[in-house]
Amino acid sequence: MTALGALVRGPTALGHDPARFARLTWTLAVTQFKLKFYGSALGYIWQLMRPLLLFGVLYVVFSVALNFGEGLEYFEVMLLLGVVLYTFVSEGLGSAVNSIVERENLVRKVEFPRMSIPAAAVLTAIFNLGLNLVVVVIFAIVSGVPLHPEMLLQAPLLLLVLIAFVLGLSLLVSALFVRYRDLKPMTDVFLQVLFYATPILYPLETLPENAREWFMLNPFAVVVQQMRHVAIDPSATSPFDLGAGPQLAVAGAIVVVVCVVGYRVFGRMAPRMAEEL
Amino acid sequence: MAAMEASGPAVLVDGLHKSFRLPHERVHTLKERMLHPLHRATHENFRALSPLSFEVKEGEFFGIVGRNGSGKSTLLKCLAGIYRADGGQAWIRGRLSTFIELGVGFNMDLAARDNIVINGVMLGLSPREARRHVDEVIAFAGLEQFEDLKVKNYSSGMLVRLGFSVLIHVDADVLLIDEVLAVGDAQFQQKCHDQFTAIRRAGKTVLLVTHDMGAVERYCDRAMLLEQGEMTMLGDPHEVGMHYLQVNFERERHEPIAAPTEPQESARYGDRRAEIMRTWFEDAAGLPASSLAHGQPCALCAEVVFAEDVDDPIFGFNLHSNADHNVLAASSERLDAGEGSGTFRAGEHVTFRVRFDNLLAPGRYEVTPAVARGGAWIDRRERLASVVVTSTHSTDAVVDLPYDVSLERSQNSSEALA
Repeated sequence: MTALGALVRGPTALGHDPARFARLTWTLAVTQFKLKFYGSALGYIWQLMRPLLLFGVLYVVFSVALNFGEGLEYFEVMLLLGVVLYTFVSEGLGSAVNSIVERENLVRKVEFPRMSIPAAAVLTAIFNLGLNLVVVVIFAIVSGVPLHPEMLLQAPLLLLVLIAFVLGLSLLVSALFVRYRDLKPMTDVFLQVLFYATPILYPLETLPENAREWFMLNPFAVVVQQMRHVAIDPSATSPFDLGAGPQLAVAGAIVVVVCVVGYRVFGRMAPRMAEEL
Repeated sequence: MAAMEASGPAVLVDGLHKSFRLPHERVHTLKERMLHPLHRATHENFRALSPLSFEVKEGEFFGIVGRNGSGKSTLLKCLAGIYRADGGQAWIRGRLSTFIELGVGFNMDLAARDNIVINGVMLGLSPREARRHVDEVIAFAGLEQFEDLKVKNYSSGMLVRLGFSVLIHVDADVLLIDEVLAVGDAQFQQKCHDQFTAIRRAGKTVLLVTHDMGAVERYCDRAMLLEQGEMTMLGDPHEVGMHYLQVNFERERHEPIAAPTEPQESARYGDRRAEIMRTWFEDAAGLPASSLAHGQPCALCAEVVFAEDVDDPIFGFNLHSNADHNVLAASSERLDAGEGSGTFRAGEHVTFRVRFDNLLAPGRYEVTPAVARGGAWIDRRERLASVVVTSTHSTDAVVDLPYDVSLERSQNSSEALA
């Protein structure tokens, strides 16, 4: 602030006031969440039904009919956990892709930190993840899964990695979607592939020994598998016991690169988003 | 704030400019991009704003006027930080608030209360500040009974009131406002007027983009005229307003008169011993015009061709306002003063012209020219042409006569006041 006042700098990704960015993101996410909550007669039930229904179908088809999880203790808990984590990824990324374009009206007429929009989409998905995880915990307790103390430290860490991965991807695609509108179907395909490339409905142990380590190139697979190992069944293979050091390093690098590139690309595109819409 | 100079500019713009890229063909998909990696999309640069410099003093009410596409909204968006300017700088002192559109970001599925909070946060308030404002905002909009109703169930008038109310209640030092005045019913307009006056009195700095010359004259201390991204005038709002209207007329004169301004001739009477070929309006310069400025001399004209010899015909005009008042009845009878207009031969062309000072209220007028003799129509063509009268004032009266105002207080009451 000089005697002339503040220099007008134009729109940016984060704005010039971090507190404002945080408040706006929070308010937008809470609103979105409230709308889902109060939006229909049964409200939140529907939010919950989505992962539960997917879980139900997968459970009946793969576990009961095809015996996928045979011999594994708590397979159904693992399946539910996997489905809930996947729901978070697909919801977060899926709603973030076109979030900027959907809020076109705001972007073109109000000055505010642009990154608030995709960040709020991911934050809304995080709220849902939180509630869904409560269901998983209840289900685990009912199924008699014992509490593994090291989980209390590792699980939040794994969730943070997952959130960073989803946020990075969301920033990247939401910014590029302004220019390239075929990113929406591409994201949908990516999410489908991600689902089958992750040991959710099949246990990692059913794969051939030498194939397992290659699945660890997928950061989401690492998170899901380690989560199973640490939170539900210590006898489930940990990614870190596969001797897949290089693959894990690549997975880690993918997360970091996605975050950095996503942030950078968004930052570059933010100032001109209002004109390109 | 207090430590700062009070007299310094609230807004300082130095060489600000902005161009838009208008791609010839828009590459909208990654696929196209991948298939034609070497194909660079060609584009044109459209200069929306040429380098522009001006200052707005603290507490000044500053008008920005110009035609559509003159760059005024681009300027406002650059100042608001919605667009990034290509070059030049702008400084704004104090808290800034922008209103490009009323009720931006209203979520139709939420109640007014929630929307006000979101809107406030959007505009830079903290949620707590925003919540503190809610009751005032709702009271100003007069929507107390409806505060918990979902906004999608509001009438459009209620939405506008809510939006304007949010606008007014952001506690900003500098306000950027784009065309939001002409909204709501008369009662609400009055409220807005009071509020604008209050904003003026509170010493806030306002930059107002508008087409409404009345508003410019009523509120603004100074005004700026933009034409094709360049500032062509800066100064007294009245002069800028007049200049703006003039620029508009000149442009219209060079453009072919648009079809909708030609009214359908509704009826034609008479024995056609003479025919009215056409009728038109002329402005102060004596050129045909489709719009006339209030207060300027102008003329009504008609061209008549005689098919037979006629003695002492009478030429006349009736001018009808949109509300169907006959505001002017002019005829050549006055010219003749009992002597008659003379004899016109077959094949003779006559141009009949009535000059008058344009004291008409702003609005649209239609003219009916007629030629008559001995109480019978020779040719009368109803509503053959139309014209629009423009003015910086607006009035509900049929005409807008010049007047002086004076107030004289009697001795007693002024003593009582003293």
